[in-house]
Amino acid sequence: MTKKIELAPENNKLCEKICSISGEVVTMCDQCGTCSASCPMAAEMDINPSEMMKMSQLGMEEVLETKAIWLCASCFTCVVRCPRGLDLSKVAEALRQIKLRQAEDHMDIKKLTIEELEGLPQIALISACRKFTG
Amino acid sequence: MSQTKIAYYPGCTLKTTAKNFEDSALAVARALDIELVELPKWNCCGTVYSLTDDNLMYHIAPVRNLLRVKQMVRDELVTDDHRMVVLCSMCYNALKRTNLRVKENPEDLQKINDFMYLEDDDYELNVDVIHFLDLLKEIGVEKIREKVVKPLNGLKVLPYYGCMLLRPKEVGIDDPEEPNLQENILAALGAEPIDSPYRKVCCGSYLTVDNKYVVVELAYKILSHAQKAGAQALTTSCPLCAFNLDNRQKEIKEKYPGFKNIPVFYFTQLMALAFGLSNECYGFDLHHTKPEPLLKEKQLC
Ligand code: SF4
Ligand code: SF4
Repeated sequence: MTKKIELAPENNKLCEKICSISGEVVTMCDQCGTCSASCPMAAEMDINPSEMMKMSQLGMEEVLETKAIWLCASCFTCVVRCPRGLDLSKVAEALRQIKLRQAEDHMDIKKLTIEELEGLPQIALISACRKFTG
Repeated sequence: MSQTKIAYYPGCTLKTTAKNFEDSALAVARALDIELVELPKWNCCGTVYSLTDDNLMYHIAPVRNLLRVKQMVRDELVTDDHRMVVLCSMCYNALKRTNLRVKENPEDLQKINDFMYLEDDDYELNVDVIHFLDLLKEIGVEKIREKVVKPLNGLKVLPYYGCMLLRPKEVGIDDPEEPNLQENILAALGAEPIDSPYRKVCCGSYLTVDNKYVVVELAYKILSHAQKAGAQALTTSCPLCAFNLDNRQKEIKEKYPGFKNIPVFYFTQLMALAFGLSNECYGFDLHHTKPEPLLKEKQLC
């Protein structure tokens, strides 16, 4: 059976951008839902990981405004399980990067109290800055 | 037998909140005739492997560290001429994945080497990044068992792996779904490894910085399932997992008053304890949930 996803030309752009930043061919996702079933963060997300893939395929700008892209913790559980060999963690990173590269930070480190800053291990602070700031 | 000297990358957190991880691991290695020789000059690896395909900038920091091993070989600081040992799971993952990426993409490596033109050497892909658990596997459980003077009898421990040691597959040190490296070591120490599907579930990682309640929920799930399965303690090799599973017990307790605190160890601390090494390397003062009451109950300290 041939599967075909037609993109409206104006949406092609976002889809292409996601593919080029992530290096993943998001149109290969066949929506099996394995990622959503495996994701430890899915319960907290507003859209689940397979919906993130679908919206990326369709180039829907709304995906950039979801909480889910910031809740993906790059745990790679979906990556080892995707039957299509797709790396959803890279897609989520691409979506975050599209926002961050427009100088829209997701986190303001200055809002942390001195006590919090002193208590957190460096790897936590550095990785959060890497993921949430541009 | 002459001592093996092997390059060792500590990373930032092993000098601060996870000092007890470094101290106990170095002492354990020494007991096994291995000297972990710290890189004379190292920098932060960036902690997370950069997942974008179009930006090489973030791969420079890890490559710069790999480059240092060559100098160490030249200066005869190490006897193992091609490996670098890492303890922190996050650093391990970032360094190992970057190494793989530049191995698979010679053009990227060329660009990175060109960028680092002030360095004396180019990075020539001569380094294998390994985790301390890889090294212990190579040494074998027999030798570990021989060193045990104080068996951890009756101690039920959940070996927690989290993400960075196991995934993705190409850098995982063990089977991503059924790991057993820590189990084998714990059994060799005389402890009883406990099984739970939660040993591979993410603790929430860096979300602890700006969304700590997501982490509190996940940590509560991981810890309470461990307790239900009979665990009296957990082991880890990640200072961020340790923070989320140990320090966040404060917030767990506030939200779930019925929660019973449970100590979280670095696996090397339990090895040091069983090997009867000097208690200066334990560093229990850095724990939120103090392990001494459990260890006293088991007559281990
Ligand atoms: S597991 Fe892979 S193929 Fe299945 S929905 Fe997720 S990304 Fe798509
Ligand atoms: S990598 Fe992200 S999307 Fe995939 S399972 Fe982990 S948290 Fe969920």
